[in-house]
Amino acid sequence: MPIPTPLHDRTAPLCTSLQWKDWAGFHAVCRYGSHLEAEYHAIRQSAGLLDLSPLTKIAVAGRDAAAFLSFVTSRDIHRLRPARVRYVAICDEAGKLVDDGTVMNLGDGSYRLTAASPIWRWIDRFSAGFDVSLVDESDSIASLAIQGPRSRAILEQAVGDEIPLRYFQLATMSLDGIPVEISRTGYTGDLGYELWCKAEHSTALWDRLMEAGKPHRLLPVGLDALDIVRIEAGFVLQGIDYYSAPTCLIESRKSSPFEAGIGFAVDLDRDSFVGSEALEREKRMPARWKLVGLELSLPDIEELYASVGLPPALPIEACRTSRPVHLRGRQVGYITSSTFSPILKSAIALATVEGSAGEPGTHLEVEFTIEHVHHQIPATVVERPFFDPPRKRS
Amino acid sequence: MATAYDQVIIGGGHNGLTCAAYLARAGRKVLVLEARHVLGGAAVTEEVFPGFKYSVCSYVVSLLRPEIIRELELTRHGLELIPLECSFSPYPDGSSLVRWPDQEQTRREIARFSRRDAETYPLFGDAMMRLARFVRPILEMSPPDAVDPGLGDLLDLLKLGRSFRHLDPVDRLRKIQMFTMSAVDFLDRWFESDALKAPMAVSGIIGTFLGVRSPGTAYVLLHHYMGEIDGASRSWGFARGGTGAVSCAIADAARRFGAEIRTEAPVARIDVRNGSARTVVLEDGTEISARQIVSAVDPRRTFFGMVGREHLDPDFATSIDRFKYRGSSGKVNLALDRLPNFTSRPGDGPHLRGDIAIAPSIDALELAYDEAKYGRWSSRPYLNVVIPSVVDPSIAPPGKHVMSIFVQYAPYQIEGGPESWPQHREAFGDTVVETLEEYCPGLSDSILHRQVLTPWDLEQEFGLTEGNIFHGELSLEQLFFLRPTAGWARYKTPVKDLWMCASGTHPGGGVMGAPGRNAARALLKAGG
Repeated sequence: MPIPTPLHDRTAPLCTSLQWKDWAGFHAVCRYGSHLEAEYHAIRQSAGLLDLSPLTKIAVAGRDAAAFLSFVTSRDIHRLRPARVRYVAICDEAGKLVDDGTVMNLGDGSYRLTAASPIWRWIDRFSAGFDVSLVDESDSIASLAIQGPRSRAILEQAVGDEIPLRYFQLATMSLDGIPVEISRTGYTGDLGYELWCKAEHSTALWDRLMEAGKPHRLLPVGLDALDIVRIEAGFVLQGIDYYSAPTCLIESRKSSPFEAGIGFAVDLDRDSFVGSEALEREKRMPARWKLVGLELSLPDIEELYASVGLPPALPIEACRTSRPVHLRGRQVGYITSSTFSPILKSAIALATVEGSAGEPGTHLEVEFTIEHVHHQIPATVVERPFFDPPRKRS
Repeated sequence: MATAYDQVIIGGGHNGLTCAAYLARAGRKVLVLEARHVLGGAAVTEEVFPGFKYSVCSYVVSLLRPEIIRELELTRHGLELIPLECSFSPYPDGSSLVRWPDQEQTRREIARFSRRDAETYPLFGDAMMRLARFVRPILEMSPPDAVDPGLGDLLDLLKLGRSFRHLDPVDRLRKIQMFTMSAVDFLDRWFESDALKAPMAVSGIIGTFLGVRSPGTAYVLLHHYMGEIDGASRSWGFARGGTGAVSCAIADAARRFGAEIRTEAPVARIDVRNGSARTVVLEDGTEISARQIVSAVDPRRTFFGMVGREHLDPDFATSIDRFKYRGSSGKVNLALDRLPNFTSRPGDGPHLRGDIAIAPSIDALELAYDEAKYGRWSSRPYLNVVIPSVVDPSIAPPGKHVMSIFVQYAPYQIEGGPESWPQHREAFGDTVVETLEEYCPGLSDSILHRQVLTPWDLEQEFGLTEGNIFHGELSLEQLFFLRPTAGWARYKTPVKDLWMCASGTHPGGGVMGAPGRNAARALLKAGG
């Protein structure tokens, strides 16, 4: 049975929808109210506050901390300067993805590794021979995300100072006496920050942010809205767009970072690391699978609905049902995540397709069921992210 | 003579710009001439008071066609639409009703007034959806000529007739009722609670000089459900940055397709030579010629203000004379220091994220109309209030808000004549604030700035004849193949090479863009 996060006292009264889900053994809010679009638009128009405490957080310290993290992740962490964050993939020895997350250089020689699911045991297996300590702080460190165009203004008001953080930078600050690490990171593809503090301080931090956010229309936001914006941002989700290799019963379920669309997070020109041989080999070969963005033809969807006399029912909600993708009648892949994008007014999806079918502009067909009948509707391979506002990096 | 264009479009409102974008997209050399310093016409955002961006006239994006958003790639040009979450109606006795997107939540709200209505409400919605489905294709077509039909017109009429036949008999009857009944009579057939009917009935009167009990107003109720059949791609909401953002996005799209757009370029007249309109003359005397002139201003200003009666067939001129404007509404924009606190539903909850209707009862609405019939503004008018800054903080400083109040009735033909409106402007504004104050005491103290627009102001500043926000009343006898007049509803005019593309043509007003798109397509089809 899931347990409450450190912020449960704050989130529970606000969650009038009573819609929760189990995230890594914690109760996580799906949506606070009945109107998901309000939460979605908060992230895109004002700001949203999210409780991300169930994230896995591992404190990595010791003389070999950087060397160790370089060994267990896809990135050369020696090159990660203090107060910087880097997106990393974690692979098994065969170069298949276990998880993805971030590494933060806290500046005092220690690091924090975050990941979507529990990973401490996995990386601890490789710690022999490294002068390193690994402490799973998942329960003792709370995590809050404040995301959206107004997030900077709100944070500055809460801190009482400017927040000069650039994209993927990190700073330790004091917020009403609460020590907080603030990173300019997020899972929304928008301007946004993630905040890390001791669990016992988290409700005070939440209160402070909600108060500072009031004039900026900050809303608490749950995971359902996050799922829509992360698809718009083109981000993959472990367990949905790829499976963690150790959990896969069959080989074909596993993906390499290149296949999952996060090959950019693999640094190869360095000492060997977990999975490096396989990844080097794979990099030289043409990719068998490729994660792509798809834009489904909305006029065709509307026409199909009209043909049976129904209004187009595209719920504003992310869908995680796998759907076959075809090229000239032959199946070449499958959709893993899809959603109607309210801001783009288009139906978008993340799909894994054969490498040869993954060039932007390629016309594919997607299975679509209306009134129990299968149809094929046209879809086009497009560049990710689907939505990429300049404010994300500005 | 200046450079020749394929088409010159008079008026840079959202329809003129839409038409320009479609023509430019088809490779035409297009010029848009806008009289004011900003684009958008009545779909405009202006920072009237520092830090506060008012959607000065049009305040919600109603039914902007999804195909226009798609075809002109408006999201790539910065258009972001935020849906209105709910409809909130406070009542004088301290009760209130909110219609939410969540059906069960709405059912519970209505049940406090009538259990019967609560159960009927979703059925009513379904029935309206079925009827709206019949109407929607009409929005996208050039109206057939039903008065003097050619072969093509007959085919189009046949198609319409067939889709009417496809409705089941009950819906067919409802459809006929909607064409003939008043909004109240029609709603009476479904509901018993005044608290529910009053805020629903007002959608039948917006932009008309009719009361909720006037026949023909039932039909307009349907337009409210038109957005629903667009499903997820519906566009009933606020544009981020104000309604002007719609016009700006369309203008950007038009420019990308190569259209040229000039502001502060008021047109003095359209030169008709040898029966053909191919030259516009600006107020500064500049002459600009084109293969066609497309007017995005209303019919009266087009034909009498710019063409001249002497170039028109007398019968046609008479029918344009008789096209009714009868502006009946005003607008008050407020900059607020804080959010209003409604007695019936205190606090800043989600009920403020939609539109707020001050429509206390059917009788109160009819009474408001009575006053207008005799040349007075309603002492307790119907108000449609939105606070877009609640969902779009980009239009007001942090913690401050913009409130937009649509006011009906404010008759253009007021006692003392329309030109006497300026001397009543502030008193009219006071009436509006006092009316609202009854529901949220303390509102006046929170007002930092007030902008009052009377029908006279709408005419003088925005070129809306008689202050009609839709370029002519949206009443049944002025719709479809009768808009603006029988025989000339397909964007072409009797003046050779002169076309029309704005709300005075089918399917009419609202930030819909359909007239602009339809006109461009008709013009291109005719070889323009």
